[in-house]
Amino acid sequence: MFSAELLLNSVVAGLMLGSFYAAVALGLAITFGQLDIVNIAHPTFVIFGSYVAYIVNENFGFDPVLIGVVFVPVFYLLGMLLYQVYYACFERTGQESLSGLAFFFGLMFIVEVLLILVYGVDYRLVEAPYIGKTWHLGYIDFPLRMAVPAVVSFVMTGLVVLFMSRTFMGKAIQAVSQDRLALQLMGADPIKVKRIALGIGIATAAVAGALLIIIQPVEPSVGRLYIGRVFAIVVLGGMGSIPGMFVAALLIGVVESFIATFYGPSWAPAVGYGILLLTLAIRPQGLFGRA
Amino acid sequence: MKLDRFWLGVAIIIVAGFVFTKSFDNEFYFFTTYVVLQGVIIAVAWNMLGGFTGYVNFGSAGFFAVGVYTSVALHKAFGLPLPVLVLASGIISALLGLAAGYLTLRLKGIYFAIATLAVALMLETVASNWEYVGGAAGTYVLQPKESSIFDNYTELLFMLMLLIAIAATAVSRYLSSSRLGQGLSAIRDDELAAECAGVPTLKLKLISATTMGFFMGAAGAPFPFFIAFVDPLSAFALLITVNSIAMPMIGGTAVWYGPVIGALILGAVQEVTTVTISSEINLLVVGVVLVLFITLAPKGLVGLVHDYMAKRRADG
Amino acid sequence: MSRNKNFRLWTLGIVALVAFAIAPAAQAQKKPLKIGFSMALTGPLAGAGKAALIAMKIWKDDINKKGGLLGRQIEFIYYDDATSASKVPGIYSKLLNVDKVDLVVSSYGTNEISPAMPIVMRKGLVFMSLFGLAVNEKFKYDRYFQIMPAGPVPKDDWSRGFFNLAMAQKDKPESVALLAEDAEFARNAVAGARRHAKRLGLKIVYDKTFPFGSPDVTSVMRAIKAAKPDLVYIGSYPGGSVGLVKAANELSLKAKMFGGGMVGLQFAGIQKNLGPMLNGIVNYDFWVPEPTLNFEGVKEFLSKYQTAAKGKGVDPFGHYLPPFAYAYLQILGDAVTAVGSLDQKKIATYIHATTFKTVVGPVRFAANGEWAETRTLQVQFRDVQPNNLAQFNKPGKRIVLYPDSVKSGTIVYPYK
Repeated sequence: MFSAELLLNSVVAGLMLGSFYAAVALGLAITFGQLDIVNIAHPTFVIFGSYVAYIVNENFGFDPVLIGVVFVPVFYLLGMLLYQVYYACFERTGQESLSGLAFFFGLMFIVEVLLILVYGVDYRLVEAPYIGKTWHLGYIDFPLRMAVPAVVSFVMTGLVVLFMSRTFMGKAIQAVSQDRLALQLMGADPIKVKRIALGIGIATAAVAGALLIIIQPVEPSVGRLYIGRVFAIVVLGGMGSIPGMFVAALLIGVVESFIATFYGPSWAPAVGYGILLLTLAIRPQGLFGRA
Repeated sequence: MKLDRFWLGVAIIIVAGFVFTKSFDNEFYFFTTYVVLQGVIIAVAWNMLGGFTGYVNFGSAGFFAVGVYTSVALHKAFGLPLPVLVLASGIISALLGLAAGYLTLRLKGIYFAIATLAVALMLETVASNWEYVGGAAGTYVLQPKESSIFDNYTELLFMLMLLIAIAATAVSRYLSSSRLGQGLSAIRDDELAAECAGVPTLKLKLISATTMGFFMGAAGAPFPFFIAFVDPLSAFALLITVNSIAMPMIGGTAVWYGPVIGALILGAVQEVTTVTISSEINLLVVGVVLVLFITLAPKGLVGLVHDYMAKRRADG
Repeated sequence: MSRNKNFRLWTLGIVALVAFAIAPAAQAQKKPLKIGFSMALTGPLAGAGKAALIAMKIWKDDINKKGGLLGRQIEFIYYDDATSASKVPGIYSKLLNVDKVDLVVSSYGTNEISPAMPIVMRKGLVFMSLFGLAVNEKFKYDRYFQIMPAGPVPKDDWSRGFFNLAMAQKDKPESVALLAEDAEFARNAVAGARRHAKRLGLKIVYDKTFPFGSPDVTSVMRAIKAAKPDLVYIGSYPGGSVGLVKAANELSLKAKMFGGGMVGLQFAGIQKNLGPMLNGIVNYDFWVPEPTLNFEGVKEFLSKYQTAAKGKGVDPFGHYLPPFAYAYLQILGDAVTAVGSLDQKKIATYIHATTFKTVVGPVRFAANGEWAETRTLQVQFRDVQPNNLAQFNKPGKRIVLYPDSVKSGTIVYPYK
């Protein structure tokens, strides 16, 4: 069974899957990895993004990825608003981790129920010309349904990394997680910085949601299946490192694909979490985190 | 003095519970109180670690499910009586708590939370693949026909849960009021300082994690008999984890009776809404209640009351 | 003058007395007949649960228009169990002990039916059940009735048709790949398929499960393709079914027969999205708009359902579960009317002994409460056009291949 064709295809499929996971985890890598805001509701926002893509795609026929990109500003504003509430209630009073966590838990249920009330519980899918087509490179298959999200995710992650390293605001976001006091001394307002960061984090959910509904059918409770995965990816990659998160996502994707192809798909997620636990035990800062 | 009052209260509750089973035949009361008591046990257990030391367990459902499946497996293999199953489940879950704690409690708090989440998800995968207890397909557990001194089996389950809940609360109270408890709150306030002051932080955290695991597992042991059909979906339900965090938060995490109050309130609200408003609004209510309490009463109800009393004392 | 007044007073008094005497009796006659149940209105099974509820309400309205059951208007008392098994015991306990319902029926799905069993068994109630696989195997309750037409040996009968069809072909298949999504129904269905494969001497070249809700199943499909099976039997839930069909298509999987126990391929929205990718797939179903299944009342029911379902976010056509949700109440109603009372024992005996006429055709139960004869259809998708929802509401797209009693065409074999 161990043919070169199967092996290569398995790895390629894993890379595409991992790249998609990165899109979902990106927002969390910013909010949790860099700002320590435990936004467990992030996958639910991604689902919200999926529904937005579905509605516009269903009624106007636009490409889902395009829809996701167009809605980035809307989600950005949503993220900023979310931060204002979060700050007012928790960060100011110093109650963060635990209360923030419970807050986002509650928020997750609220958003999920609102989605149910508005859109119902039937599975939703989108149509796009590339869903169902496959490119072949020799004996390696690239189903476009996976390849397009993989590429979009890579581009989006790349843009965020560039933003973080090249712009002032980006560097400020990195700084606020490393040393808040120094940032204040440098003249930047940490609150404004964090607000923008959470805005960006939620904005990525718009695109990630569009990618998700390209890959699989969506209904409101699908978000719950992603909670564990995205946290594992962010921690495995290393808190604070976006490129690290991307590599971790690819790793998890390849491992899952490998196990699914050769051993038995039912054990694939366990292996991912096993790797995470091992990492936490041996190198808690993750693969690329600062020691 | 205070000790006596507590144990007196416990005795009264046990007697009241027994009288309750004898005077009412309506099974509905016992089903709902079972669920509420389950919430109490898990909330109190969670708080032993989460509230007292500040280490958030994100995978309560995992510990609970270990108790459930231990009970299923031992019942299937040996047909052991329920109290033995409770103890066995508690011990296995306690060992899990100890092991998970030993591996991860040395890390910064948030890593512990992620690790518990990963452990719970791994366990869910294991349970899905373990054919002996039904795997993903699930397994049926038939209630025994005899219910000893009670009119029906549900009353027996209720009484059992009441006893476990009391035990958990008693242990929690002991943990918080003893020297041990002082060490724990030192950890919660500033772990580094506590270390420097000579508090054996790892040992204390492990004790908390172990007791937490024990009671979460014990809560899971009667579950198969309550629900008749066990599968990973119901044993690892997300609502269990959410409630385990929400209930102590609503009640107040700093004291041993906080989670009890929070569990009684939130549990009752959930049971009532299930059979009145029903539908999606139910989930919405849980979410809104949680968010409201978190934002308006971050120290929980207990904190709210304390602040109010303190203010009155200051004014008056 | 005064005699008139006296007379009037007396008449008034007598009328009042008589009215008081009759009133309670009249009120008793009008007292509604309460049917209690829990239903998944939120959570993963809510799509089907909500559709079922719509169908059940149509039945209630139909019956009430005709004068109700036993002369009493029917009233539903139901609660959302949120697809959560732990809520079920409490709900049924309330229905019986507090709301004091007269009859109960089940929720949707094995997880939600099983927890209610001990309670209804203790009270000796007739329990009409909606789609749970082999729930009664362990409980062995003689008042349990399952409306899902799996057959007397549900776990095996589910896939029997698929394999019967395969082995009847001239170009006999020799190998089979088995795949199950990691959850209750799929596992059980594939377990049955496994037994058939062994019985028929087929070589099992792939036999794995995959986690519920996996986003990408391409690797799984690739591994199956590498094993070169003649038959591919899959047990999956909607998310997985969609992914697998798409993956099979993307990888150009070739097999003699493909499908089996894939949930989701019966839902209108998914059918429209998959379109021509469905062609050739042989999958289970329970009711399709083929002329051989045009039972009495089903067309009227479906048009009522389709009107009621508009804007509710559920399957717009309602072919899969709703007719059966209507039928299981039809049977209960007919039995109660025939027996003339709410005596649970008599009702149960009557149901066991009778063949009922319902919107899903004639229904007869075996001793274990399952259908005496399997009516799990094996249908093959044919001539499906892209991006067209309405085509699935008409015959010709899902050809019934099995069982013979309702066959509407012959198989196109091999699949690819």
